[in-house]
Amino acid sequence: MSVALFFEQLLNGLQFGVMLFLMAAGLTLVFGVMGLINLAHGSLYMIGAFACASVVAATGSFTLGLVASFVAAAFAGVIIEALVLRRLYRRDHLDQVIVTFALILVFTEGTRWLFGSYPLYLDIPTPLQGTVHLPGGIDYPLFRLMIILVGLLVAVLLFLAVNRTRLGVRIRAGEADREMIAALGVDISKLYMIVFALGAALAGFAGALVGSVQSVQVGMGEPVLILGFVVIVIGGIGSIGGALIAAILVGITDTMGRVFLPMAFAAFTDPASANATGSALASMLIYILMALVLVFRPSGLFGEKA
Amino acid sequence: MRRDLIFTLAAMAALLAAGLYGYFGDEPFYLTLAAKAAIFGLAGAGLNIALGYGGLVSLGHAAFFGIGGYAAGILASHARNYEPLMTWPVELAGTTSAPVIWIVAMLAAGLFSLPMGLLSLRTGGVYFIMITLAFAQMLYYFAVSWPAYGGEDGLSFYVRNELGGLQTMNPWIWFLVCYAILAVVLVLIAILTRSRFGLALTMARENPLRLANLGIGPKRVLLTAFVISAILTGLAGALYADLNRFVSPAMLSWHMSGEIMVFVILGGVGRLGGPVAGACVFILLEQVLGGFTEYWQFLLGLALIIIVLMGSGGLAGLFDRSGAKKGAAHG
Repeated sequence: MSVALFFEQLLNGLQFGVMLFLMAAGLTLVFGVMGLINLAHGSLYMIGAFACASVVAATGSFTLGLVASFVAAAFAGVIIEALVLRRLYRRDHLDQVIVTFALILVFTEGTRWLFGSYPLYLDIPTPLQGTVHLPGGIDYPLFRLMIILVGLLVAVLLFLAVNRTRLGVRIRAGEADREMIAALGVDISKLYMIVFALGAALAGFAGALVGSVQSVQVGMGEPVLILGFVVIVIGGIGSIGGALIAAILVGITDTMGRVFLPMAFAAFTDPASANATGSALASMLIYILMALVLVFRPSGLFGEKA
Repeated sequence: MRRDLIFTLAAMAALLAAGLYGYFGDEPFYLTLAAKAAIFGLAGAGLNIALGYGGLVSLGHAAFFGIGGYAAGILASHARNYEPLMTWPVELAGTTSAPVIWIVAMLAAGLFSLPMGLLSLRTGGVYFIMITLAFAQMLYYFAVSWPAYGGEDGLSFYVRNELGGLQTMNPWIWFLVCYAILAVVLVLIAILTRSRFGLALTMARENPLRLANLGIGPKRVLLTAFVISAILTGLAGALYADLNRFVSPAMLSWHMSGEIMVFVILGGVGRLGGPVAGACVFILLEQVLGGFTEYWQFLLGLALIIIVLMGSGGLAGLFDRSGAKKGAAHG
């Protein structure tokens, strides 16, 4: 195992983690402020990716594609919030789960209807192709590096928005006491819509970025959604900072596990079974991490005591 | 209570009618659908114990469904290839005996549900949903990446498992087997919910503090309910694997968890016959909507949203209200 490989995988893990954060941030905000568990968050991620792919195909501009992913996901978010989810805030979790599960069916099959089942591939814009030389002799794809930087930038902006702006004050107040801020004259339904649109836009943006590294396809949001849940459980619901740290932890654990566990097993068994055992164990690693966190801190690393 | 019984009998009668139609109309396809409805009803009845009676919103029951399925598939494939299941510390052979497989499936599902329940019940509410989902997903990825039993492609076994001298490959016989198991389980659930434990479970859902003050730990009651619920869903999984003579990670996927939950919601949460009615309606919708378009789940999703937003309490709720209206007219 070379040092270069280690750092390369560390960067891959960081990139994955940062994307997970963009998903988890929306989930945790929406749950924290509205008390809504939204399974359809993964669909917003998918919508962002498809919007980006369509706009890039039509205009050839990747920047416009990214803007479209942001706007389309936010728009879809506002629509489902106004038409469906708004009626669920006062319902129990079961109703929320089943309705948002139904929304996934609608979005997944609807997208399949429109775009077909075949994955679309996005071309990374030419200036961002190629690799950069990092200290230590690592050649790392420029685009992935950019994703890490953009993701971290968004994280910082989100952190500032929640902690330093008037909107952020309202969001945090909404998490603390919904009735009170309504009584203080804040238009609560407008606040909910803004929070939901913000979360949706972040998910859509993440979908477009990940879609351009991997592929854009129907159902792409669901694995990420579940990882988003794992991140929230580890980080603690409602905590943006917790979500960031947990997302990076999950991203790095998962990426490193997939690469290095089969290698570790190869040291003392034959290659074929080492690969099987290693990759099977690696696929379970983050859930084991989650279980460990639950044993020691049931409400997450940064969650308030339930 | 009485309405619940009538509703359950009606759902079971409808399912039997579907089977009889398939048998006398010589339509093995309908018999297979009816058997599938019975199995899904059983899986839903299992989930209903945790979800309906215990108020535990588990989005991870596909784990137990899949464990049951894999128990059946693994045992049967070992027996058919004459490979022992393990040779150390004791030699264990596979089996094609259905009762043994069912017991192993239930045990395996129960054993997995115990740590899963213990960990998930450390928290509550929305965490519980996410954690059960995550554990099921862990198993899903394990099944996908573990190559010994087919990995992503799943595992086929060509003949149904043996039950006495019955012709299990005959769709009518197989439907009757599934139907009978479902009926027995529903009777057991009816007894369970009326027992001391059932009352404690209801109170653990409604008012855990009060239950604790009565000297019964709510967590233990809920954990027991979770395990029983897993065992029944595991049994359904074994039957489902036998129905298709095939298991794959799809049985463990979270779509499966969602579907099992849909059976319960469509039929009526916390109602004895709810999951059976829900499973029947689900399969009916699948056939009818699937006839219009291959994207039938789009329409299913819309239908579900409308049903839940109207807050009807599922088919059982509709049944109650229609009965209440009639009662008012007569009174």
